Amino acid sequence: MSNEWPLRSSGLRERTATAVADPVLRANVGAATDRFRDKRTSALARIHDPDALRSAARGMRGDILSSWAETLELLADNVLANGGHVCWAPTGDDANAYIASVAQRIGARTVVKSKSMATEETGLNEALAAVGCDTVETDLGEWIIQLAEEHPSHIIAPAVHKNRDQVADTFQARAGMVERVTEPTELVAFARRELRRRFLEADLGITGANIGVAETGSVVLVTNEGNARMVTSMPRVHIAVMGAERIARTWDQADLVLGLLAKSGTGQALSSYTTVLSGPRREGEADGPDEFHLVILDNGRSDIAGTEFAEMLNCIRCGSCLNVCPVYHQTGGHAYGWVYSGPMGAVLTPLLASQGGGHDHHAGELANASTLCGACMEACPVEIPLQDLLLGLRRRNAEHAGRAERAMWRAWSAAWSRPAAYGASATLATRARRLGPLLGRLPGAARWTDGRSMPTLPERTFRQRWDAGDV
Amino acid sequence: MSGPLPGSADDARRVALFVTCVGELLDPDVPVAAVRVLRAAGCTVDVPEGQTCCGQPAWNSGFTDDAAAVARTSLDALEGAVADGADAVVVPAGSCATMMRVYWPQLFALAGDEAAADRARLLGTRLWELTELLDALPDDRLPLGSVEPCTVAYHRSCHMLRELHVAEQPEALLSRVDGCDQQVWAAADQCCGFGGTFSVKLPEASVAMADEKLDVLPEGTEVIVGADASCLLQLRARAEARGMSVTTEHVAQVLERALPDAGA
Repeated sequence: MSNEWPLRSSGLRERTATAVADPVLRANVGAATDRFRDKRTSALARIHDPDALRSAARGMRGDILSSWAETLELLADNVLANGGHVCWAPTGDDANAYIASVAQRIGARTVVKSKSMATEETGLNEALAAVGCDTVETDLGEWIIQLAEEHPSHIIAPAVHKNRDQVADTFQARAGMVERVTEPTELVAFARRELRRRFLEADLGITGANIGVAETGSVVLVTNEGNARMVTSMPRVHIAVMGAERIARTWDQADLVLGLLAKSGTGQALSSYTTVLSGPRREGEADGPDEFHLVILDNGRSDIAGTEFAEMLNCIRCGSCLNVCPVYHQTGGHAYGWVYSGPMGAVLTPLLASQGGGHDHHAGELANASTLCGACMEACPVEIPLQDLLLGLRRRNAEHAGRAERAMWRAWSAAWSRPAAYGASATLATRARRLGPLLGRLPGAARWTDGRSMPTLPERTFRQRWDAGDV
Repeated sequence: MSGPLPGSADDARRVALFVTCVGELLDPDVPVAAVRVLRAAGCTVDVPEGQTCCGQPAWNSGFTDDAAAVARTSLDALEGAVADGADAVVVPAGSCATMMRVYWPQLFALAGDEAAADRARLLGTRLWELTELLDALPDDRLPLGSVEPCTVAYHRSCHMLRELHVAEQPEALLSRVDGCDQQVWAAADQCCGFGGTFSVKLPEASVAMADEKLDVLPEGTEVIVGADASCLLQLRARAEARGMSVTTEHVAQVLERALPDAGA
């Protein structure tokens, strides 16, 4: 994880406060996530027993990951049998180095990409720039944020934090838009023209992978813009970068994931394009690249297997937990400071950041970006107990907590595990009521009183009233 | 998992009340109202000595052993009450009831105290959230009259809704109160933004979350009603700071006002 990410250079509170103070951001994120959420609700209402489907998907993901290594081997064998190449990348740097070496070997100058969170994770675009490649994102949202030099703020809608006026600003300032247009269809038409040119000149196409299907050595890509089809068919070489957990053994399993993915994410029955790629172009085929490479990215994933957090590997990256999260709703994704945001990001980021056994305080702090309201757990199509995982991460943070925080909880526990001391502390609180407004000036009180009134303490505790026979 | 379902409500004649720390320290009117409503429902109410807090603040912050020490104190007290003949333990707070019925077994197991985990599981079979019990009673056990006409909007608190799966009961009880005009609040089941320590760790986000709910409060709402004093504390504190005239009340307080001998 590069130090340039906001995760490393700022604190969670600072980032959430900045986001919350931006009314345009909140309006954009709120409107978009409300729309996704409502569409999800109606999409699930159209199928029979969605909860049974979610349970089945959870079980299926668990089955796949119980023979994870074996299934990955099968996938790799079949990719090779189809005439493709396979790179096993233990880290993001390994993935980037492999991809850069391919780019250099084929003399690539222009690289086109379709949306891939895995390559955001590895910082691939910077690595390609370092070997002289001009990399162009072709997913509309990704292109917008690439032009704006920002990071994705949502795993399926990277520019969800921007409205069309802001997009037009970006196109004018960074993409040479001369005549300003702000209608979505016109903005899309502009992007289409610009990107079409880049597709035609590209030597190398890079995509992510929504699912790797082991039994046929295939990669499934899900998009709504068709750009992944251009990326995988126009350049001579196609590289797919797949998070190592994104596999299915069989097409039946892939089918179950595909059915839930679009319904949960965007509320579509299926996304506009579902593209299946099984190796390079064969003799007699009209389309397809000369070379196909599959990069299987670990980057901390295998460390998660077998731990209390293993279910996080079941995530199918639909984004529904972001859309229902009341915290994300206020802050958008940048407040999380890294690639992944919302509840899944708050769980996955600390796990990936602690690969090799270290503890990353910056990433660990993300577990606090939740009220534990449980909306994410209820929405997850593979029933990941996100709330329980957040609690697990908080326990892990507690093990690394500073002396002051530990001492505070120990003192609290010592007092409140003794009824007499508990009663005394309650009585003390009623006495403190005479201090009135002074309480609001105690160190740290502003964390409550900025924007909220101070609660009025009662004259007598419940126990005092009970003992006095006044109840 | 919401834990084992409690036994028959109508068997609940002797009731042990778990006051909760918020009820003890900040909002004693809530447990007082709970006692009076339970008595009106024909229950003998005891408030077992020795109870403190459910341990939720430390549990949600990751401090398992500190949480377990506090929770064990309350477990001992409530278990003692059951041994002395209490038919039910009643908790007038959704998130504390969730902590005790759903999370206590896990908490004690993680703290290495399997015996306490088993005891917590057993206690959970007799543990009711207040409105869950009141709603399960035959209607004639709890005679409800009328209150001064008021317009209310009900806030569904998260843990009670999603983990305890107690959803409709509070509103069903309120609908039996004449004069209590319930509004449809589009944001009823949206989190209030309290979240315990969340409210002071990320205060800006916490306040923004309260605002989003308050922004769509149905026009004319006089009272926000809930079943969790801590959510109400958050919503009240924010509404006051915004200069809104809306107040908050625990559902037990509305029911108390509706008791036939409440002097209304």
